[in-house]
Amino acid sequence: MNNFSYLNDLIIPGSIIIAQILAVLMPVLISVAFLVYAERKVLALIQLRRGPNVVGPFGILQSFADALKLLTKENIIPSNSNKLVFLLAPVITMVLSLAGWAVIPFAPNWVIADINVGIMYLFAISSLGVYGIIMAGWASNSQYPFLGALRSAAQMVSYEVSIGFVIITVLLCVGSLNLSKIVMAQQTLWFAIPLLPMFVIFFISALAETNRLPFDLPEDESTLVAGFFTEYSSASFVLFFLGEYASMILMSSMTVILFLGGWLPPFDIFPLNAIPGVIWFTLKVMFILFLFIWVRGTFPRYRYDQLMRLGWKIFLPLSLLWVVLTAGFLIVFDMVPNSL
Amino acid sequence: MIKYIKSFTLFELLTGMFLTFKYMFKAKVTINYPHEKGPLSPRFRGEHALRRYPSGEERCIACKLCEAVCPAQAITIEAEPRDDGSRRTTRYDIDMSKCIYCGLCQESCPVDAIVEGPNFEFATETREELMYTKEKLLENGDRWEQEIAQNIYLDRKYR
Repeated sequence: MNNFSYLNDLIIPGSIIIAQILAVLMPVLISVAFLVYAERKVLALIQLRRGPNVVGPFGILQSFADALKLLTKENIIPSNSNKLVFLLAPVITMVLSLAGWAVIPFAPNWVIADINVGIMYLFAISSLGVYGIIMAGWASNSQYPFLGALRSAAQMVSYEVSIGFVIITVLLCVGSLNLSKIVMAQQTLWFAIPLLPMFVIFFISALAETNRLPFDLPEDESTLVAGFFTEYSSASFVLFFLGEYASMILMSSMTVILFLGGWLPPFDIFPLNAIPGVIWFTLKVMFILFLFIWVRGTFPRYRYDQLMRLGWKIFLPLSLLWVVLTAGFLIVFDMVPNSL
Repeated sequence: MIKYIKSFTLFELLTGMFLTFKYMFKAKVTINYPHEKGPLSPRFRGEHALRRYPSGEERCIACKLCEAVCPAQAITIEAEPRDDGSRRTTRYDIDMSKCIYCGLCQESCPVDAIVEGPNFEFATETREELMYTKEKLLENGDRWEQEIAQNIYLDRKYR
């Protein structure tokens, strides 16, 4: 009898949770591989090149070949590095970028943890991402990673402020921190339309938050070799790479949930709302990721002082202004959501 | 004022993104290199070859003009009269790791014996393989004769 309750209380729920985690993380990791491929292919198209086209049909298996190559290489640990922190840093980056997926709703009720502070959790997890980078830069004990880590820390802190204000404007319109409720509040109108400037600010800040071009100062090839992961090789490099792209997908999902109506179809009419929500969600995430790559293919890198100026002198006042405007609008027209 | 409106509506950035979007649908400029190859000029200066007359007699008369003109001093020639009295090389070496592919040797050659052929895919894994001997050069000549003759024919107006 006792054994039986043990089974009911621990093993069955435990294995269900593990199955759920695998069901989310496996597609995420595989989509990272295809995202890398898509990035190389789109950049190649923009630059009139062909891109990978040898491994598999249209080179679609290129990322798997690259991963295999990297994993079979020797893991070089610099002799002056702090070895524990050096090896821990990529693991932390990877774990943090995967932890955020716990609260992402892919479709109605398709979420591992439907907690009421979902957006806070996401925000916290994406902010913690800077620790992996700082640890990597410090533990490498070499000048380029160190500079990259310093840049990254300052950059992520600056842009989190405006991301915070953008999230507050969305929360004012929803009245809940639950991600599923944020999506459901967009049933009549996606927030990207009434809050368009916020959407743009959020997207640009997301670029800075994930260290993507034009804000990839922390891994600036032309001045810092490879920035914070200059000293990394083999499996730890793969972990950094995976973590970075997984957090890119995470930020895109966050953008989709906050502004593009998550799993909702663009119009609630027959042929569109017959398509399952998870497909709409995936399509929207793919669109945002395409924007990420497209922006990378178009713009040159910002100078560091320009980056700081944009974050503190333009985005911060602008997003603050919009918080006040939105709040005032909601009060004046008596549109404050009930649960607030 | 217009400048501020432009920068706040991201006008220039969107113009740039539209431009790159248009480029995505343009024809690609790269080719699938090992499977497809780009056109080569008849004057292309690639791997060296020593040619023969149709009778099979080697063209080189050991005048050593190429050795003298070679700016990289990559060519080494030794010569002595053959049994039939004609002057021929006993040694004709080109150090391909010194050669700068300037083409002066083929221009100086009075009998079109040393030529730079259309082949440029002769990378090797060791340095020694790049020290070409007379046998190697004559073998190249036999292998590429058709292409070399064609190129010389195409270039005849300018020689």
